[in-house]
Amino acid sequence: MIQITREPIDSSAVLAAVSDPDCGANLLFLGTTRRWTGDVETLELNYECYEGMAEKELQKLCEEARQRWDLRGLCVVHRIGKVPVGQASVAVGVSSPHRADGFAAAEWLIDTLKQVVPIWKQEVSRSGDTSWVHPDSGVKP
Amino acid sequence: MMDVNVVLFARARELAGSDSICLSLDDEATVADLKTQLLRQYPALGELLPHCTLAVDHVYSDDGTRLHDGCEIGCIPPVSGG
Repeated sequence: MIQITREPIDSSAVLAAVSDPDCGANLLFLGTTRRWTGDVETLELNYECYEGMAEKELQKLCEEARQRWDLRGLCVVHRIGKVPVGQASVAVGVSSPHRADGFAAAEWLIDTLKQVVPIWKQEVSRSGDTSWVHPDSGVKP
Repeated sequence: MMDVNVVLFARARELAGSDSICLSLDDEATVADLKTQLLRQYPALGELLPHCTLAVDHVYSDDGTRLHDGCEIGCIPPVSGG
């Protein structure tokens, strides 16, 4: 199951969605807004996505993960809009009969999501500065 | 000629001053041709466009990808989800 939402992520619902009695491992990863990046204090992150394409790319990731590892439940939720410090912007839930598959799949899913899914974050600092995060582009706003 | 719709995101949207741009291109146009025309009409994109990947109808493309009338081009700056 994949979902892009403007609402706060219900992490217990993500875990419940992947729960499976045939699995010995149930994993939940939450990516949250961190307060400090170096000496910049973040107030919130503001996410936007390419609606339509982002869902398709997430779906492709889930299909590939299922081919590579022995998984049962799989759920990826990404929140867009403003995400304050401490709250989750992304959740990855995975269940697998054995934990090695679940750990490997969850790590690959979040790493690959960050590389290919058309979603962007804008950092809003306590000082009021805003800047889009475009890794490795060398572009400074 | 064909008409295509370019949708822009994040810093690219801000630099262009618009989230959507309609362009008219020759029938045989490729992604590379579109980039050239985009830069001509929106020079402010010059700093970021070389780092963007373009998607044609929601599929990542390269410079040689052929366009078609009515297609949607996503101008995708380096992503930063998660």
